[in-house]
Amino acid sequence: MKAGYRRRTDWRTRAYPGYFVVGAVVLYLVFIVIPSVMGFFYSFTDWSRFSSEVAFVGLENFKTIFVSNPTLLQAIGNTVIFTVGTIVTKTVFGLLLALLVSRGVRRLSTVHRAFMYLPAVLPMIVVGIVFKSILNPSTGLLNEFFRAAGLDVLAAQWLTNPDIALYSIMAVDTWKGVGFIMLLLLAGLQSIPREYYEAARIDGASAFAELRFISLPLLMPVITVTTVLNLLYGLKIFDSVWVLTNGGPGYATETVYTIVFKEFARGHYAVSTALSTVLFVVMTTAGLFLIRMMHRQVDYA
Amino acid sequence: MARGVYQAVAIAVSILMIIPIYLMVVNSLKDETQARSMGVELPASLHLENYVAVIDEGKLGQAFVNSVVYTASATVLCVFLATAAAFVLSRNRTRLNRFWYLFLVIGIAMPLNYVTMTKVMQLTHLVNTQLGMILLYAAFRLPFAVFVIFAFVHTVPTEIDEAGIIDGCSPRQLFWSIMMPLLRPAWITVSVLTFLDLWSEFILPLYFLSSSTKWPMTLAVYNFFGIYEANWNLVSADVVLTILPVIFVFLIGQRYIMSGMTTGAVKG
Repeated sequence: MKAGYRRRTDWRTRAYPGYFVVGAVVLYLVFIVIPSVMGFFYSFTDWSRFSSEVAFVGLENFKTIFVSNPTLLQAIGNTVIFTVGTIVTKTVFGLLLALLVSRGVRRLSTVHRAFMYLPAVLPMIVVGIVFKSILNPSTGLLNEFFRAAGLDVLAAQWLTNPDIALYSIMAVDTWKGVGFIMLLLLAGLQSIPREYYEAARIDGASAFAELRFISLPLLMPVITVTTVLNLLYGLKIFDSVWVLTNGGPGYATETVYTIVFKEFARGHYAVSTALSTVLFVVMTTAGLFLIRMMHRQVDYA
Repeated sequence: MARGVYQAVAIAVSILMIIPIYLMVVNSLKDETQARSMGVELPASLHLENYVAVIDEGKLGQAFVNSVVYTASATVLCVFLATAAAFVLSRNRTRLNRFWYLFLVIGIAMPLNYVTMTKVMQLTHLVNTQLGMILLYAAFRLPFAVFVIFAFVHTVPTEIDEAGIIDGCSPRQLFWSIMMPLLRPAWITVSVLTFLDLWSEFILPLYFLSSSTKWPMTLAVYNFFGIYEANWNLVSADVVLTILPVIFVFLIGQRYIMSGMTTGAVKG
């Protein structure tokens, strides 16, 4: 038994040699993993542009982040609001759109799908520029539309009012990302066997009952995956904020990654890297969870 | 009745999704005064010279070439390395290979630490170089590529490999002449997704490219927008040029995008 097992392994190792893996592992290790690990250690130092010496300072940087600098805490708060908010909007609208194109619409369904998904592939920088024009308070299309419809009260300072700027960014991000979530949920809906719905119909179930008792429960694994994907995306948010408001007005829309960049640009490397480390810990934990979820589904043998 | 309502809602949503692109296209053809309000009306007269202007003044030709170089090279590098790795990791499931697989795939969730990355870039003398950009781009997309291709290798029967090995294939021959053709759908899908994603990349060049002659389209457009914010006709032309390759790849690769995006998230 034991000898047979060993022979099998040798044969496999000869046919599938390890050097095929080396390129990927080295590139990934050098440019992705090593910076993250280094970042972990530099988080406990006073590393900056202004001094060539780097000294250990303990938890000082984390104190700056969580206690002494309210701007940084606000940025973390904004990131959380953004992440939770867009998880909800993208999931709800994504599900509604998936139901719409799979159940509601017969004609041109694939065309609708393509249009709804298209924004997801556009560069966020470009989308941001387009929406800067659309959300312009005086000439923008959105306010023009409200004025033309006689709803002048709804015409707002979308990106310059500190109370609503963050929500405007979330709306733009939902517009861009909802098609991707729709696509995943659509694939999930299509994998549910037809017979379940037929049986429900024979029993006289309403459309809502079908959704509540068949579609939603069977979609839960996919919804979990989209939620984690949205979470990972939301915590890293940078491009849309950068182009739409640049973190302003004031600090109203700063997020973790905009602060990381600004602190980096000011030469405060240690605080910047400590903030990245906080993100690293949270996201890698979420990632481990995601991998376990996905493997349960692709039958990792 | 209900069908009609659904159809109307679907059309309304589709219009909502497409309107920003329409807005950019029509305004890129207007003159400066007409484009100022960024309205939905058609151009009073066609101004194709906007495109000439942005390519000259915005130095967009150079940026376009840069984007193509970074995105295409990194895509080829990333997909090649990922396919080779995924092939061996999937076929030879030793304890060590399982570790490497999980180690690579956790990168999907790992945020980049740009700050310490500058240190690595300095040590390797890659700051502000095109080679550095290509390597970073490729490394950045590796985890996702490995993940998708790995799942696909699993669906190719091992009997095919065994037949090849019995016929005396070396590992390299097995990879190039047998696996690569069979994995074609997988690596085309990943190539399309990687290309689209890297074409949109903004943060990496923002941190690591200081000279404007090396900027990709995203950074060039962002900067151009900062300078010519009032000239919406030019900004629109700039934006249209940036999204043109994306729309092109989207249209020809749509089938692959749909299948690749759903890998892993949904069984099947």
